[in-house]
Amino acid sequence: MSLSKAEEILKRLIEDLRSRFGDRVLEVNVEPKKIVKILVALECIKDVAQYLKSEWAIDYIKGVTGVDLSKLPNNAQEALEIIYHVGSLSSEALKGITISLSTKVSISNPVMPSLTGIWKGAEMHEREVYEMLGVSFEGHPDLRRLLLPEFWSDGPPLRKNYMVPGREGQSG
Amino acid sequence: MDLHLGRITWFQGGRDKVAREEVKSLEVYETGPTLTFSMGPQHPGTGHFRMVITVVGDIVVRCDPDPGFVHRGEEKMCEYKTWITNIPHLERPAILDAAGMTYPYVLAVERLMGVEPPERAKYLRVIMAELQRICSHLYWLGLMGVFAGHATMYMWCFGDREYLVDLTQLIGGQRITHSYFVPGGVRNDAPSKVPRELVKNFRTYYRMMLGKDYPSGEVPEDFRKYVLAVCDFFDTRLDEYYPMLLDSPIFIYRTKGIGVLKREDAISLGVVGPVLRGSGVKSDTRIDEPYDAYPYIKFNVPTMDGCDSYSRMMVGYYEMKESVRIIKQAVEQMPEGPVKLKQHPVTIKVPAGEVFASAEAARGQCSFYIRSDGTDKPYRVKICSPSFRNLIAMPYLIKDVRIADIPIIYWSLNYWPVECDR
Repeated sequence: MSLSKAEEILKRLIEDLRSRFGDRVLEVNVEPKKIVKILVALECIKDVAQYLKSEWAIDYIKGVTGVDLSKLPNNAQEALEIIYHVGSLSSEALKGITISLSTKVSISNPVMPSLTGIWKGAEMHEREVYEMLGVSFEGHPDLRRLLLPEFWSDGPPLRKNYMVPGREGQSG
Repeated sequence: MDLHLGRITWFQGGRDKVAREEVKSLEVYETGPTLTFSMGPQHPGTGHFRMVITVVGDIVVRCDPDPGFVHRGEEKMCEYKTWITNIPHLERPAILDAAGMTYPYVLAVERLMGVEPPERAKYLRVIMAELQRICSHLYWLGLMGVFAGHATMYMWCFGDREYLVDLTQLIGGQRITHSYFVPGGVRNDAPSKVPRELVKNFRTYYRMMLGKDYPSGEVPEDFRKYVLAVCDFFDTRLDEYYPMLLDSPIFIYRTKGIGVLKREDAISLGVVGPVLRGSGVKSDTRIDEPYDAYPYIKFNVPTMDGCDSYSRMMVGYYEMKESVRIIKQAVEQMPEGPVKLKQHPVTIKVPAGEVFASAEAARGQCSFYIRSDGTDKPYRVKICSPSFRNLIAMPYLIKDVRIADIPIIYWSLNYWPVECDR
């Protein structure tokens, strides 16, 4: 599949999302070969995900990333960005495209709806984000810790304010 | 336990309670008509990984995977190390498949920097990635043989693997953890001559295994010809694996119809690699999003429709055959020329931006999400490793099966605990 064809489909997908969800699609960042990121408002992430799955056959989850934005050199904000990397296996046209659907939750109240009802495979990924960044997913069937030991009592380790023992003076 | 429980305070809005209950449920098991026990982390059939299994008699009714025994905080470590010094520690999660793990990282950094490696480097990377795929699959096949009650397979796989690992050492300088890939190329060129000692050993092994001398009388010491000789030899050996393991009644009886993962489940759970292809989904990153020299090489993506443990093993077996084909073509087509753009200092700065890059590692699609803030260290590195994505299949597959089937299903997923925990 040529890159131009893929770009064309992506363009249509984004236009479709924009027309349906209006200004709740906050930011779209399409960089060929790098990333296709769609930032949506927190209140509509579940609807967007459901729409992508039912209308565009985005049915395959590749990963969930959480990023702490509080130490970005410019544009720092007290928020966590949660990114769902999703793709499609049923749609031949969208094969090989990864869409990064993202939303922002505030650090003071890190709660967001779980997308496990839409992409079942997100279960373990969301558990990892929960323990590593302290984001609670509402409606998750089994929100427990996954990788950290049971006796872990420090803060969520992938937050930027967590200091790695022995590396306190270094920037990270 | 109270000592630890009292300090879990970071979960906001009532999460504290959940954390307490979670610890409690890990420590106390209910007894009754069912029996719950831990399989691992010391069990030889699981590696550094624990499953909490609930059984009624001999039948498993629930499996709760508990990874994290080998969690090293690779993602956090990436934020403290520079772009270049990240490479050696990023291959540790899957040392058998170091090329597969570092491939997407290097691709991601290159895309952020906006550079392309030289042609020769692209081919060398493909050769290395495929060699490591074969080594990793041989390990898998060998271990699967052991757990299916077929110890000969273990010996064969590890004996043959040695010559492919030697080849890795010849190219990259190390047997497994070679840190061979760097942004903008590979670390060093492949040698033009093969040491005489290596050729001698290979000839002896060839005679031992196949009962005849290498056809041309002498294995050439030229690098290109030596790689082809090893590939031809390994291809012949693969043909012998089929009747030995995959057509053997013991193996078929133990694996056919065990651990069935239906096609639609495989997609909705988001599994990758041989597990996905064993369920009949034709998806391979090398074809779907071709990178480096893969577009110039002809190969098939094997899939099986059985959806069971046997299908997954067969996919692994055929993948090795395809990898041999790829290495042969790559060695033939590889042009002369430089192998890297330039020698980067370790404090290299990468332009700010975000990237999501994938490559096909031995266990499936391995992806990296990287966010750069323009300094000499990454702002955030997320590793979506294939074993982590296959982990979710475990509670689905290890259900309503016998205890004796657990190792079979576990190994058919080619699950690697370190790669999952990162």
